[in-house]
Amino acid sequence: MSASNLHMYVMIAPLLTAFFVNLLGRRSRAWLAPLALGSLAFSSLASLVVLGRVVRSGGYRYTVGNWTPPFGIELVVDHLSALMLVLISLVALAATLSALKSAEQELPGREHLFFTLYLILIAGLMGLVLTADAFNLYVLLEITSITTYGLIAMGKGRAPLASFNYIIMGSIGACFYLLGVGYLYLMTGTLNMADIARILPDISGGAAVATALAFMLVGLWVKMALFPLHGWLPSAYSLAPTGAALLVAPLMTKVTIYLMVRVMFSIFSVDYLFLQNPLVQSGIVWAAAIGIVCASALALAQRNLKRMLTYIIVAEVGYMVGGVWLANSTGMTGALLHIVNDALMTLCLFLAAAAIYYRLGSLDFDRLQGIYRKMPVTMAAFTVGAFSMIGVPPTAGFFSKWYLILGGIESGHWEYVAALLFSSLVNAVLFFRIIEIGYFFKSGEHHGHELREEAPLLMQVPLLISAVALIVIGLGSGPLVDSVIRMALPGGF
Amino acid sequence: MDYQTSIWPLAAILISLLGAIPIMLSGRSPNLRESWTLLAALGKVAIVVALLPAVLAGGGYEFVIAEVLPGVPLALRVDAMGMFFALVASILWFFTSLYSIGYMRALKEHAQTRYFASFAVAISATIGVAFAANLLTLYLFYEMLSLSTYPLVTHEQNAEARTSGRKYLTYILGTSIGLALPAMLIVYALTGTLDFKSGGILAGSGASPQVLGLVLVLFLFGFAKSGIMPFHGWLPAAMVAPTPVSSFLHGVAVVKVGVFSILRVIFHIFGADLLLDVNLGVVITSIASITILVASLVALTQDNLKRRLAYSTIGQLSYMILGAGMLSAAGMTGGLLHIAMHAFGKITLFFCAGAIFVAAGKKYISQMDGLGRQMPITYLAFMFGSLSIIGMPPLGGFISKWNLVIGAVSSDQLLLLVVLLVSSLLNAAYFLPIVYRGFFARAADPVFDEGIREAPLFCLIPLSMTACASLALFFYPDIFLRLAQLALFP
Amino acid sequence: MDMVLAVIVAKYNYWVYVVLMMIGFYAMIGKRNLVKKLIGMNIFQTAIILMFVSAGVKHGAKIPILDKYEVLKHGVDATGVVNPLPHVLMLTAIVVAVSITGVALAILLRIYREYGTLEEDEILEKLGK
Repeated sequence: MSASNLHMYVMIAPLLTAFFVNLLGRRSRAWLAPLALGSLAFSSLASLVVLGRVVRSGGYRYTVGNWTPPFGIELVVDHLSALMLVLISLVALAATLSALKSAEQELPGREHLFFTLYLILIAGLMGLVLTADAFNLYVLLEITSITTYGLIAMGKGRAPLASFNYIIMGSIGACFYLLGVGYLYLMTGTLNMADIARILPDISGGAAVATALAFMLVGLWVKMALFPLHGWLPSAYSLAPTGAALLVAPLMTKVTIYLMVRVMFSIFSVDYLFLQNPLVQSGIVWAAAIGIVCASALALAQRNLKRMLTYIIVAEVGYMVGGVWLANSTGMTGALLHIVNDALMTLCLFLAAAAIYYRLGSLDFDRLQGIYRKMPVTMAAFTVGAFSMIGVPPTAGFFSKWYLILGGIESGHWEYVAALLFSSLVNAVLFFRIIEIGYFFKSGEHHGHELREEAPLLMQVPLLISAVALIVIGLGSGPLVDSVIRMALPGGF
Repeated sequence: MDYQTSIWPLAAILISLLGAIPIMLSGRSPNLRESWTLLAALGKVAIVVALLPAVLAGGGYEFVIAEVLPGVPLALRVDAMGMFFALVASILWFFTSLYSIGYMRALKEHAQTRYFASFAVAISATIGVAFAANLLTLYLFYEMLSLSTYPLVTHEQNAEARTSGRKYLTYILGTSIGLALPAMLIVYALTGTLDFKSGGILAGSGASPQVLGLVLVLFLFGFAKSGIMPFHGWLPAAMVAPTPVSSFLHGVAVVKVGVFSILRVIFHIFGADLLLDVNLGVVITSIASITILVASLVALTQDNLKRRLAYSTIGQLSYMILGAGMLSAAGMTGGLLHIAMHAFGKITLFFCAGAIFVAAGKKYISQMDGLGRQMPITYLAFMFGSLSIIGMPPLGGFISKWNLVIGAVSSDQLLLLVVLLVSSLLNAAYFLPIVYRGFFARAADPVFDEGIREAPLFCLIPLSMTACASLALFFYPDIFLRLAQLALFP
Repeated sequence: MDMVLAVIVAKYNYWVYVVLMMIGFYAMIGKRNLVKKLIGMNIFQTAIILMFVSAGVKHGAKIPILDKYEVLKHGVDATGVVNPLPHVLMLTAIVVAVSITGVALAILLRIYREYGTLEEDEILEKLGK
């Protein structure tokens, strides 16, 4: 195993394991945990090594099979993609720990199928962040989507219907993206991002290039569920099996936002995106701000914890899209930092939801009464995640929100500032409503001595780790921004 | 001024935060649990007092916890102003801990472990606010205090507590996220720092008076813990909490954290000179004056003793803000001093209200006729507390009010003088009848006319000691006076 | 008018794909039957595949299979061969489209077993009960 292609092994480990999980897991479910956890632990360690190397000696490009670009397949390992690699493998590892328990409960006999898809999805996400080729990006996007469709459809009740809706919407998004790539290919004759970026400035044909950009962006927005293209997300994520939601909710939208950043700045230039079309730029920030407000308002109407969280995810997508399009380095820093923080916050909250669901079998608000007494550890971690969503220092969520709001102030986008503050307040209402329900009792059973009934250890450990991580990342956000995020800012910032 | 790097400021905060862990673990043995509380309280006083000499000598301590944002670390600094507040808070926490033990046990409250643990976290946050070196750190501990006091306010876990808790959080979190946070961000966008500096950081930023005014108003209302109207509604609602919580948190820690934050902003973010230049002092004084007068009038109408004390607190808190807003040397000194003087006086009053509830089960003033004859010590202490708050010699409150009066006269703001005098009369009007009726009115229920029936010693000792402290502060205000002067005129 | 017609005729392959795409898009959004939605999706994807493939066309060019010795001697005349890359790409895209269709059909089967119908309205009606 040579050190220079370590990132390949990060991606290949879950992919290969997926087949063994299917073959061996069919015989005995005892194989599942060691295989899945082993491969992801390996990926986590290896990705940390990759990140460490990138921080020390800078990013690099890698050509698969030594076919030189623009003909061969190129991978890019820079600060941003190395960071995403670490994020994906660590989040996946934590989610898998908990998913092992919830899949055992919800999908008896089908666990090996579940984890096969699960691991392929993880490998697909890792491939997405590494690729430097516009068409490979499409293929990997569809690999992650197809596995997600399958995972969601494994849920109970209306899950297949939600999954089918997602297929239709997801395919529209992917096809739009492909169409945009097609336009670019027709104009430049290449698919390598760096190559396209090199050729684009010399091309006349502004309308075709602009159309390509528009198609690619809209395609990705559908995939990331930016309001008002979010319709598929709440049902799909809340009806998915708990284990699937654990992985998909923290990572899918965040990786798609990473893809938007990658497409925007690896193919097009800052000058082209922001300076030549200031109206488009502020229009998108406005749209993001409106999206944040609407999604937050919709979250208020939900009476089920998981559905509420899915609307918060939609609002958070608005945070990051707006942050990227603020067109200043503060906003961009905030958006990239928020990718990391939001993934962890969502992970923490979904892990808590999974633990509660494991014990209660429901996440409807009226079932949560007295939950603090029943599951104090789970709820303590949930509270930390909730504080981070609200943006209470020193949790991680505060600091990325700080950069985002500051970016809004610097660029004079007060609507975005107002939307973020509004959304923080709504989050406070949303989570304190749950805290209140969980803290008080039904009127009949005041001071009732409900039995303490915590979730199994396998679900508690990742939950507690993610809660602690939120505080550690918050306190360490200075070094994180200095050594990784600032270096990951695209050229021109 | 130079600050030595030292871990002790952090230790002063952490001792009670970490103390919460053994408190939670020893829930099954109340005596052990209470020993941990007292140990942490004593340790905290010891650390704070140990830091005192250096501050009095004009120095101080610093500690950087983490570099979180460019130019704004999470950092602690022990300067004169922070020391002033930390000294008040840590000493009173010790008394409150003693009192809590007596009160909670006498009433056989449920969930005492959660109560003591939350209390320990709340006091950590209070000291954190006192020792914060910049606005971000202050905000962090401010929010920590808001959240850790929620279980205390809703301690009873009944429908009333739920409503009050909701109101409490709506006001406190709503204003801090909706107003104080954007104000902080604007300051950061203007100056690139949030450090507390004597003379302020906004002075050279070139911001227009309109922007400065906006930021000032955002801060004034954003730190709603100071009970400034119209964001005062949470304080009377929070009175559903057990009395030790009301006395310490809603007489001292929480509310004064609000005032302290506002004073920090006025003195060390804006700076008195800048406010004088753009003539923004009048914004502060007019908002504060309205609050003082309205709150005092409302207090007159309250029959529930704790609610009357709550409205009195709202009025008194604005004295401190009023003093700062006068922007004259004596006025600012008086405002700062009133933090300490009011703290000792008001906590005595709350302790007395709790003692009356424990011993006689009375909540309403109209039921307390003649009660002073059974509870002479409690009522004597109550009288000391009220006189201090009214501002009569020989009690501590006189010193701060005297400074406020001088401040109003010396800066030619005679209207404010009128406000101070009218309000003092109103204070007398809502406090003295309670004392009078307690000692001289005929009891409605003659059963109470049988001998002395004081509250348990754990309640009685703390309240006598804080009453004596109020008295002592009149004769020996030197430490607080010196700290206030060091804070304002280094 | 002649100019416009000339443009339309000259780029007729693109117009075909635009029309196909719209048909597919309409079926995905407008139809209430789930299978029709799926068929719409296939039409949509086929339209894009056709666009890519037609981009590789050159008039009078041969298939891109070259004689090694010829090439070594004379080099490649790029105008003489069709660009093979779009076709290769679309092979992958077809694979993707087929997989999605497969997954979607499997899900439709589950929906049909559960609700006994594939009409969206009827399913929603049954859910409402």
